[in-house]
This record gives sequence, structure tokens and C-alpha cells, in this order.
Amino acid sequence: MYNFEFVKPGSVAEAVAALKDEEAQPLSGGQTLIPTMKQRLNMPGTLVSLTGIPELVGVSADGGTLTIGGATTHAQVAAEATAYPALAALAGNIGDPAVRNRGTIGGSLANNDPAACYPSAALASGATIVTNVREIAADDYFQGMFTTALDEGEIITGVKFPTPEKANYQKFEQPASRFALTGVFVAKYADGVRVAVTGASEEGVFRWTEAEAALSSNFSADAVDGLTASADGLIGDLHGTPEYRANLIKVLTKRAVAAAA
Amino acid sequence: MPKDGIGASTKRREDIRFLTGNGNYTDDINMHGQTYAHFLRSDIAHGKINNIDTSAASEMPGVLRIFTAADFEEKGGIPCGWQVTDRFGEVMQEPKHPILAEGKVRHVGDPIAVVVAESLEQARDAAEAIELDIEELEPVLNMKEAIKDGATKVHDDLTSNLCYDWGFVEENREAVDEAIKNAHHVTTLELVNNRLVANPMEPRVAVGDYNRSNDEFTLYTTSQNPHVIRLLMGAFVLNIPEHKLRVVAPDVGGGFGTKIFHYAEEAFVTWASKVLNRPVKWTSTRSEAFISDAHGRDHVTKIELALDENHMFTAVRTDTYANMGAYLSTFAPSIPTWLHGTLMAGNYTTPLVYVNVKAVFTNTTPVDAYRGAGRPEATFQLERVVDKAARELGVDPAELRRKNFIKPEQFPYDTPVAVTYDTGNYHATLDKALEMTDYAGFEARAAESKARGKLRGYGLAHFIEACGIAPSNLVGQLGARAGLYESATVRVNATGSISVMTGSHSHGQGHETTFAQVVAEMIGIPADQIDIVHGDTSKVPMGMGTYGSRSIAVGGSAMVRATEKIINKAKKIAAHLLEASEGDIELKDGQFTVAGTDKSLAWGEVTLAAYVPHNYPLESLEPGLEETAFYDPSNFTYPSGAYICEVEVDPDTGKVDILSFTTADDFGNIINPMVVEGQVHGGVAQGIGQAMLENVTYDENGQLLTGSFMDYAMPRASDLPMYSTDHSCQTPCTHNPLGVKGCGEAGAIGSPPAVVNAVIDALQRGGYNVDHIDMPVSPSRVWSAMQKG
Repeated sequence: MYNFEFVKPGSVAEAVAALKDEEAQPLSGGQTLIPTMKQRLNMPGTLVSLTGIPELVGVSADGGTLTIGGATTHAQVAAEATAYPALAALAGNIGDPAVRNRGTIGGSLANNDPAACYPSAALASGATIVTNVREIAADDYFQGMFTTALDEGEIITGVKFPTPEKANYQKFEQPASRFALTGVFVAKYADGVRVAVTGASEEGVFRWTEAEAALSSNFSADAVDGLTASADGLIGDLHGTPEYRANLIKVLTKRAVAAAA
Repeated sequence: MPKDGIGASTKRREDIRFLTGNGNYTDDINMHGQTYAHFLRSDIAHGKINNIDTSAASEMPGVLRIFTAADFEEKGGIPCGWQVTDRFGEVMQEPKHPILAEGKVRHVGDPIAVVVAESLEQARDAAEAIELDIEELEPVLNMKEAIKDGATKVHDDLTSNLCYDWGFVEENREAVDEAIKNAHHVTTLELVNNRLVANPMEPRVAVGDYNRSNDEFTLYTTSQNPHVIRLLMGAFVLNIPEHKLRVVAPDVGGGFGTKIFHYAEEAFVTWASKVLNRPVKWTSTRSEAFISDAHGRDHVTKIELALDENHMFTAVRTDTYANMGAYLSTFAPSIPTWLHGTLMAGNYTTPLVYVNVKAVFTNTTPVDAYRGAGRPEATFQLERVVDKAARELGVDPAELRRKNFIKPEQFPYDTPVAVTYDTGNYHATLDKALEMTDYAGFEARAAESKARGKLRGYGLAHFIEACGIAPSNLVGQLGARAGLYESATVRVNATGSISVMTGSHSHGQGHETTFAQVVAEMIGIPADQIDIVHGDTSKVPMGMGTYGSRSIAVGGSAMVRATEKIINKAKKIAAHLLEASEGDIELKDGQFTVAGTDKSLAWGEVTLAAYVPHNYPLESLEPGLEETAFYDPSNFTYPSGAYICEVEVDPDTGKVDILSFTTADDFGNIINPMVVEGQVHGGVAQGIGQAMLENVTYDENGQLLTGSFMDYAMPRASDLPMYSTDHSCQTPCTHNPLGVKGCGEAGAIGSPPAVVNAVIDALQRGGYNVDHIDMPVSPSRVWSAMQKG
């Protein structure tokens, strides 16, 4: 790790000001940033901690919307997102206890690791990513592996999830990292079903629209039977071929629907 | 008999310090004035070093000195401890293994330069400022391509990338070919024994400390065998006489083979501590461990099993390509040869065996012994091909094995592969394991799984291992450049407590507990009166250390011999004090008695007399009570066992769940059943790791794709079932005083074929035409095989 300056502002405004420094980077739970710094793959001049800002932390349900502060840890979401049990379950199965006690939803969404769990929940829920300057629909937010609509210095202050009628997340773990080799989040709303897939695509999290259409007219595992997820553009690596991941997308979608129904 | 003698499941005394954070590991050692070494390692697999410019880096803050190969021109290379002779009578090709890369880099991780600085961060900063001019060369990665004419060479001064072409038993070559040609049935299997990284919890660490006042060097290092390091490093690398070189291996957090070997970092810190006149410390990061610890396994094999019309095995022929990596690690040449070929008879009466091994240099990290070392590779191919033969012939795999087993009355049994098994009862261990797993009830369990949409499979493997290594005169003939005896000094103190200095080294095995149990049993005093001292060449007699499941069989035997000498002398003293004849003195429960009388003396009274010899036969007996013994075994020991794995395969995803894992081992006599069970648990965990999860993978450029735990899958508790273990089948070893065979490697040897056999069984029962999947049997590999089958 190289030397760096560290600041811990108490408000979003102070954090935004601190991030104007060209060599500054925001630090939330640090579960990706710190390991890359330890390997000297990243050398921020200043780390701006977001975990000392009270308004960024918390889980609240209001009407049909669950709002989670950007710096809320996975463990807190697992414990408090009772209005959205599938989301709470997802958070409770990220990494291990140490990761869940440090890692945050804002950090995960800002990093947009192609195998992370949260992006699938945000996309399948049609969530709104709230930043210090604007609100971004999930469909516009995810723009490919490790790429998002966030501008330089923009901070995720919260995420608004419309709570679904039914939902479930199925994660098939990569044997070494225990990230999602493939994960599928299915959410059923009054106006239709959304299916989001993580871990599988070279382009990061995506919606499986064929399954959404089939499930919107018939929310049962059988509805997916006639579909085939395409292997085009899927990840092929040590842990699975594109074809294998395509198979997992279908299997996990069916399992998620069965578990949700 | 003391309650903590032989056979008691005494709790491990060393665990108190390990579990409370009071262990003293090498990284816990910090010397006054200590400096820090950082190794700049190659990030490419193969390249020609045109220039190393350290001028700017040398000016960086805190830098004391930067070393390159030029600083070690006067020093030797890292030696290889075993010379294999090939099937044409020629000795193997043996390239120089320099401390720092000379002229070329030959694998990702090959050390190029070392910065020594006041702090580790300063050393790392300076290493980044070293300017390298390295011309990338084509990497040599595929073993079969590497030995073709015209292939790029890893070592330009060798004739090719072939280290040796070994045949065993060479005289049987044609007879085996003939037997296979004329066989009723031949089963053929091509497989890969996957490359592994040992990953002990404690990475390697070395601290060098030179003392100017007496010209003595001390090396603290994470080693399984400090005397071997002292010999290799002192005599062959640095030219330091042994009386001026002390090697200490304090608490060591797991070895699994990879801490047997002498490594460049050890020689570097030792020598640099004199150059700088400051202690020098190097602590491996986990990332460094992946590219600089010797790897294990990495065989590509074709095996053929010939059977007659009665399904008796008539011949085995196996062709193996064994990856040596870029340099020969300490015992690398012996692993695919003498620790592998000699096991190819297995538990069976197969009369003809021929093993061909081509050892090949590649631009990868060196490969050497890893838990089991050669024997898992032999067992895997044999137990897989026997299983495949049973399926091809439509016979029960257990019955096919039973039919071909060496029978209990045939021991001692001369195999066609040079070794003689002293004892064994394979029928007993097989029957025990079948009974423990309710073999008869399997069909009902399989039906129950099927009802849930899962495929259930039952996998059996039976193994033999040759361990307790080894008779020195025999291994000398086979090319070993070391003896393989073991040593012990038993020092009885005046008040009767005992320090045992053993050449064995404990790095997780529990010697401090189990060795004390043996001496407690022999003398009849509580084990807490006995301390086991190990791991310091200045304290213990020259010993060969711990590997090859040898500690109790060889080190324990040396300790028994030394303790016998103690008891003999103590009886002489007691006879004098009791005014009786020596032949009438009995030692029982720590009391010396005169047979047929009520006269007795306590152990401590006799030991006190040895050191306060006022009433003592000084004219015929030296005072004091301290004895040393060296024990050289007359044969290997041959533990064996039956391992059974039951799995469930999810046909939708290919995911394999291990439902149960059962072991029935014959370890001969047992000192501490709980410790033995723990050794089996650990070995099976690593075997399941190899079978299901672990796999070193290089890309086409020789870059390590599995360089961290993000991609290299270690087994975790949740991957493992609760084990059922048994070691009640005991045929004691006939040639060592304790009748023990050793248990450290068995679990890692017997378990991989049991797992894979179970997966194949599940798929075939499910109607899939799959007869082999290479390890690890990961979900994606199983699923892909099912799509083709």
C-alpha cells in the first residue's frame, strides 16, 4: 500500500468538496478498494470516507418503497430490510460476516463488479439510484462491467427499491471467491415481472427480457421451460463456459420463481 | 501404566499455545537492527535479461543494498537432493538453480533482484524503481510439445526440456507389452492429476542473523527439516561449515511438503545478513506463495490395465508426463519415480507392471512433494482404472478388487515393483468400510435421491502407501543424496523429568503430545514430565525431519531405542542402590523393584543418583543419564485402507455434494487415536480439495490465472461432510519397535479416487455415458461432461 491522506467528513457536502481533489477517491466499506490498494494496484492521494455521514446510513420503508442509505452495510440491510425479504436474504449471503459488516450497498453499486449480488436486485426491482445531484433509474445506471452512469465525484446517497409482490434471488457460487458464478433475481410487481442476471455477462448485470415476458403472463417455473438463455456474450473462464452460465441462468430463474411463488 | 501412555487420546498439549495466540512462529521473531528484504520477481514466464538497472532504486530512502545474480557469482545454486537415472542408464539433466535469476527468467515468480531496506515499504518502493530490460521469449508450457525436436528450451545449456525418461521395471517392458496385447480385456484411461498449491496457513518466512563476534550464522525458517536445510545450504550454496551455521524452525504453521525444500530466500537472507552485518527478514505474502512455493502433482497419464477371462489383473502399463517446472526443487525428481512407480502394484497381485515417466522442464513454478507425493498420483490412476474396468466388465467394483487383493496369508509379499509389503489385510479394511457405509442399503438411498431429482453415487477406493521413509542404503542406490534415518537424544534430568530432542519436526502433527506418550509408557511416569524438543540444529542431533509419514515410524523408533538405553542404564544404577543383580531389576509404573522382594526405588531416586553419584558404581558406570540413538529403518511401512465416498449430483447444475465420507485405515499400532483421526480428517480435506476444488491454471502465456483465493478454490468446512473414520483393522508393522505405520498422508492419497469414482457412479446410474472427468470435478466440468454423455 502506498501512503495516502485520509479524511472522514460528517456531511455529504463536505465529502463532495473533498472529492474535488483530483487524486481523491471515495471509500465506503472498502471491500474492493482496500485489497487493490494493498496490492499496489490503486494509489489514491486521499481517501474520503463516507461511513461517518449519518444521512447515508439506514433502512426505511415508506408505502411501497424501501430506501437504503448508500453507506449502509450488508449486515444492516440483512437485519432491517424486513419490508423486502428477498433483498434482506441477498444481503445476508454476500461474502462472509467480515465482508457484510464492512461492505456497503453504495460501494457495491458504484463498483458494479460483474459478479456482485446487489446489481441484480437493483435492476430486477427497477430501483432508483439516488446521488448527491440526481436520481438515476437502474435501467440507465448499469453500463457494463465496472461501469456506471456515475460522474466523477458523484456519491450514491441512497437506493429506493419499490417493494415487489414476490421476489427471490438465487446465487450459484463461484467455488473459490464465492461471488456469483451466476445469480438471478426475480421480482414480481403488479405491472409485470423483472428478471436480472449477474455474474454471467461480459457486459455486467442484464435483464433476461424473454423470461420477463413469459413470467409476466404466467408466474410459474414452467413458464421458463420453453426458453433458452443465449450463451452469446456470456463469460467463459476457469469456473464455467458461456454455455454453462447460460444453463445456470435458466435453472436459477426457475428456482427463483419456484421459491418466490 | 500412565493414563496418558500409548493408546490414550490425550489432548494435544501444543494446542494451548497455538489456540491462544502464544505460538512462536518465524514471523514472530524480530531481531535488534533487523532489515527487510523484498524480492522483485518476474512477471513473465520466460525472458532473456538484457539489463537490470538498480541505480535509481539504490538512491531511494531507506535502501541498504540491492542484490542481483552478479552478487552471487561465487555461490552455488540451490541443490537438488535426488539424482534419477533414466531407463538408458544416463543420469538426469540437472540445470543450475541460481539464488537469483541468471541471464533468463524462467517462470512467473522467478526472483530477479532483492532490495534490502530499513522498512518493508521502502524495500517495495525501491523495487518498483528498478529498471528491467527483459526480452520476452516463447514460454514452454505443454509437456508433450516441450520434448519435441526443436522446441524452445527452458535451459539453453541442456540438450532438451526432458529431465529424464524413466522406466520401471525396465526389464519387464516387453513382457508387459506382450501381456497387454494378449489380454482378455484391457481397460484404458487417460487422465490429468491436477497441479496444486499446498497453501499452509503460515506462508514461508526466513530471518538471517550473522554474528560477527564468533562468525556464526543463524537462519530462522519455516521448515519441516532444519538439519536438511543446514546441510544443503551450508555445504552446497553458501559454503558455511555446519558448526558455524544454526538453523531453527520454530513453530511452523503447516507444511504439507512444500516446507521440506531448500529455497533461495533462505540462502539469501543468511548471506545478506553477513554482507550487511544486520539481520535480514523476508516474509512471503500469500500472492508470493502462489508463485514461489513449490507446487504439487501435475501429471498427465495414460494407464492400461490388462485382465484375463477370470478378471484377474495380468499387467499394468502406465505412461506419465511429470511437470518439473522451471528448476529442480529439492526432491522433485524422486516424486514421479521412486515414490510413484513403486506403488503401481497397489493392493493387488498384478504380476507385471511397467511405469514410464518423462519428467519435463516448463516455464512454470517448480513442482515437488505435496502431501502424499507420488503415491496419490499412483493411487488415483490405479483406483480409477480398476473402477472403470469393473464398469466395462459389468462386475461389482468391490468384488473385482477383492478378487485381486493380495491375501492376508501372502504377507510378506514381494511386489513386482521392488518393494516388499510386510503386513496388511486389505479384505478386512474393505469389509469394514462396506459395513460402515451400509453398501447393501445403497440402492434404496439412490432411489430416494432420484425421487428428489438427484443422482446418487457410491465410490470406493482402496489404497496402499509406502511411507516411514526410508532405508538409507536402499534410497542411496535409487539416487537419494541424503540418508533417511532419524535421531533422538533422551536427556533425563536429575529429578527425573525428561527432555527428548528429536530430529523429527512437528508442524501440526502433535509430536509434543504423542512422542511424550511413548516415553511415558516405556518408563511409567506421567507424560507431563516429558518435553519434546525439536526444530533447532543447536539443540537436537542431526535428524532428517518430517515428511513421508515418517515421524512416528522412524523418529519414534529412534526415540524408543534411546529410551531403551536409558532404561538399561537406570536399571544398572538401581541394581547398585538396591544391592541386587541387574537381571532382577524390573521397571514398572515408574518404580524399580527387585523381582520377588518388596525392595523398590522410585524413578526420581535413581535419576538423582545418576547426577549426585555419591553411592554409585563409578568404576564401571559413567554418571549422568542421557542417551542418543539413530534409527535407520529396514523397510518402508505400508499403511492401507478403504475409503468410500457417497455423493449426490444435481443434474441441472452439475454440482456435487458429498453426503458421506468413510475411512477404514490400517495404520498398524496407534499411539493416540484422536491425533490419528485428526490426521485423517486433514488429509481427506486436502484430498477432497484436489478432487472437487483446487486447480493451478496457467494461461497460454504462462501467467498464473489462479494466483489468489479469488480463483484458487481451497476446501472450506462447508464443503466437507462429517467423516466416519475407523482404524480398528490393525496389522502392526513387523520391522519397527512400535509396530506403527504412519498416518499423515493416507487421507490425501485415498480420497481423490473415491470422490471421482462416486461422481462417475452417480452419472452412469443416471444414464449418462461418462466414464471419466478430470479433477477438480467442478460443477461446470460435471455439467459439460453430462451434455456430451
